[in-house]
Amino acid sequence: MTKNIGDVILDVNNISLRFGGVKALTDISFNVREHEIRAIIGPNGAGKSSMLNCINGVYTPQEGSITFQGQTFDHMNSRQVAEMGVARTFQNLALFKGMSVIDNIMTGRNLRMKSNIFLQALRLGPAENEEIQHRARVEEIIDFLEIQAYRKTPVGQLPYGLQKRVDLGRALAMEPKVLLLDEPMAGMNVEEKQDMCRFILDVNDEFGCTIVLIEHDMSVVMDISDRVVVLDYGKKIGDGTPEEVRNNEEVISAYLGTSH
Amino acid sequence: MGFFLETLIGGLMAGMLYSLVALGFVLIYKASGVFNFAQGAMVLFAALAMARFAEWMPVYAGITNPIAANLIAFVLAAAVMFVVAWVIEYLVLRHLVNQEGTTLLMATLGITYFLDGVGQTIFGSDIYKIDIGMPKEPLMAFQNAFEGGIMISQEDMVAAVIAAVLVAALSLFFQKTTTGRALRAVADDHQAAQSIGIPLNRIWVIVWCVAGIVALVAGMIWGSKLGVQFSLSTVALRALPVVILGGLTSVPGAIIGGLIIGVGEKLSEVFLGPYVGGGIEIWFAYVLALGFLLVRPQGLFGEKIIDRV
Amino acid sequence: MFYRENGQFKTSYQADQQIFPIAQDRWGVLLIIAFAFLAVPFLADEYMMRAILIPFLILSLASLGVNILVGYCGQISLGSGAFMAVGAYAAFNCWVRLEGIPLVAALLVGGFFATLVGIFFGIPSLRVKGLYLSVATLAAQFFCDWAFLRIKWFTNDSASGTASVSNLTAFGFDVVTPFQKYIFCLSVLVVFGVLAKNLVRGAIGREWMAIRDMDVAAAVIGIRPMYAKLSAFAVSSFIVGVAGALWAFIHLGSWEPAAFSVDRSFQLLFMVILGGMGSIMGSFFGAGFIVILPIAINLVLPVLGSWVGIQVSTAALTHAEQIIFGALIVWFLVVEPHGLAKLWSVGKQKMRVWPFPH
Repeated sequence: MTKNIGDVILDVNNISLRFGGVKALTDISFNVREHEIRAIIGPNGAGKSSMLNCINGVYTPQEGSITFQGQTFDHMNSRQVAEMGVARTFQNLALFKGMSVIDNIMTGRNLRMKSNIFLQALRLGPAENEEIQHRARVEEIIDFLEIQAYRKTPVGQLPYGLQKRVDLGRALAMEPKVLLLDEPMAGMNVEEKQDMCRFILDVNDEFGCTIVLIEHDMSVVMDISDRVVVLDYGKKIGDGTPEEVRNNEEVISAYLGTSH
Repeated sequence: MGFFLETLIGGLMAGMLYSLVALGFVLIYKASGVFNFAQGAMVLFAALAMARFAEWMPVYAGITNPIAANLIAFVLAAAVMFVVAWVIEYLVLRHLVNQEGTTLLMATLGITYFLDGVGQTIFGSDIYKIDIGMPKEPLMAFQNAFEGGIMISQEDMVAAVIAAVLVAALSLFFQKTTTGRALRAVADDHQAAQSIGIPLNRIWVIVWCVAGIVALVAGMIWGSKLGVQFSLSTVALRALPVVILGGLTSVPGAIIGGLIIGVGEKLSEVFLGPYVGGGIEIWFAYVLALGFLLVRPQGLFGEKIIDRV
Repeated sequence: MFYRENGQFKTSYQADQQIFPIAQDRWGVLLIIAFAFLAVPFLADEYMMRAILIPFLILSLASLGVNILVGYCGQISLGSGAFMAVGAYAAFNCWVRLEGIPLVAALLVGGFFATLVGIFFGIPSLRVKGLYLSVATLAAQFFCDWAFLRIKWFTNDSASGTASVSNLTAFGFDVVTPFQKYIFCLSVLVVFGVLAKNLVRGAIGREWMAIRDMDVAAAVIGIRPMYAKLSAFAVSSFIVGVAGALWAFIHLGSWEPAAFSVDRSFQLLFMVILGGMGSIMGSFFGAGFIVILPIAINLVLPVLGSWVGIQVSTAALTHAEQIIFGALIVWFLVVEPHGLAKLWSVGKQKMRVWPFPH
């Protein structure tokens, strides 16, 4: 099955990020093409989440820039990034524990809801129609992720695997062009991982999202990604197809250690 | 000029009193991350205990020597504060360990009301005197430099000395004793401290006890100056801006913040007050704190507040 | 057995999203409202209206406002008393300076000015939260305390420093007797209740709750923290301001700034905590509880005292109130942080499966 991988949609240029004396990222550059699945791998503490946080606008890098769809930014503003079509999930599940599954996913639609506060208070005409419209979209996502039974449950009460799906659902609700997934399969067993893989591939295929994926499970990475970036101690040590990266000396020594 | 200095010094003294209360806040926050709104109630409770015990000494225990009576009253009041600390830890803190800051804050609000009610029920709700022999006449100093001299309250000076001694003692305690070290460890990282075997619950009881002693000293001094009455409880509200200014995690910050607020209040009242109708003291400290919140929320000496994703 | 959703299938999202999706709830609430409007006026005497029902209604409204800010949006506020004061004094100035202005308009103007002040003192929420934010709101409280006491213009330069109103009318009806006042307050409460409920179940409500639960993640989704927080302050202050105006005009008739002191702020916060944070129903429960508690204590304690031969003084009653309040707050926070509303919904859950245990 050939995939239609397009032009470069996201370009990371010479990003360096420091926290006081700690260098989280040093001069990182790579690009992401439209419709591809790009994996970022590396040992713990390599700076993978920090990289996503830079793309997202959560952290501001001291040096470098990010180009998204032709526009270059020195630093990203979270809301701007969201509006431009970049969504993400979080390693530690930043879900809104007090709200139900539907409400959590509906928050992803907030970007597109236009009715002002007065109309909402009256809940007449335009406000009501907008709610219904977006609810329909959210239900599609719920169907897609197979979590219909848990619609009204407060998210805090769901098991971990389902919470991860809600996190994904919330990101999907933003109808993003690029989806940043931060260890979506962490803490899952084999079955759950297979389900999540299937969802990710479907999202890439049906929804046409470009996916940037941080993942530790090598078999998953090698299986589903088109290209891979390898980070170690904040530096890029590999960039290419899974095959190329698997045979890269530096990557091997970073992961498996060198023999003396 | 003389008048300005007088106001300044008066402000410094008043500020010292605020610092004493703020100290209690900082201690508890540093060790348990709890902001103790009930500090004011603890000051009142402690002051009531001491005042009444001192009164009851001659009546029930036949001790008529005022120094002995006050000493025993102080010790008894301290013991009472130990009990209070233990009860608070046992009934409240232990159960709210993993809750967020706002829940704990509101719990201390509840404790405030509770302590106020219990204190006044046990010890009575009239105005009581604490007489620890503080000199009441003001001192006229610098009579050579300024005409008539500058009026300095001797009572306040003694209070300042007592406060300084207390701070020095606390510093020694924190730096030199094992318990002090344990307290600092807990303040730094609860989980890490637990993992090396520091008993969190006991540490919290100790911290609240120490805060209770600080409250007692503060209550003793305020009570000696103003009389022990219910309004003492609102002292916590007066001292809140001090910790914002100084930084919630800093003992020197509490002192310096208190001095700044004390001086600021007095100076603004005297020199700005007449233009706007007076009574500025109510909000001056708070508006100053508000300014800090917008510009430098961690205060002058506090640690920067970091939010983790 | 009786409280079942059996057979209540929703065929449209609209039906699923309505305020009371379960039919029994719908009927229950409509019955209660009908009872409140039609039956209570004939059952309650003047004392009950003036001492219990009217304060309950107005404080419910205020607690609703505070709940939106503290419970739904997670922004701690200890300055609600000040916002009530702004509402009251703004409405008052409107009333005395603009000849013939309708009562409802004056109340709304009061709310409007409270909104402005609320937004202003809500600005620190963009920088700080939790305890630090509470200090900012206390600044609002104390500043307003001072302003309404010292700036004579606010009280229309009255010599005594009190403000007073009389001869209120609304839409051609007098609002003078307790009965009329009761109906007026009830109507205002019902209207605001519906509006508030619509807001919290809509997009803005979700934004508020997102900010409360995790504001960094909210920003990443595209929610603007500034808009969400300030809108929470705005809506909350508006409601609290209107409540303040009602409290002054309808309940007190003539008042001083002390009516809106920091104790009032604490009282409102306690209503929200006890009633249930993040729950419209909870606001009513909390207000009811706190209005009734002192009265209950005043009635019960002297009786208990007489059984054991103790004369209970008024001072002792006040202290008992404080003790019971404080203990209740702590107890609720430890045992049921979600307040009476949670107890209520747990009770309903038990009813759903009754007569089975689970």
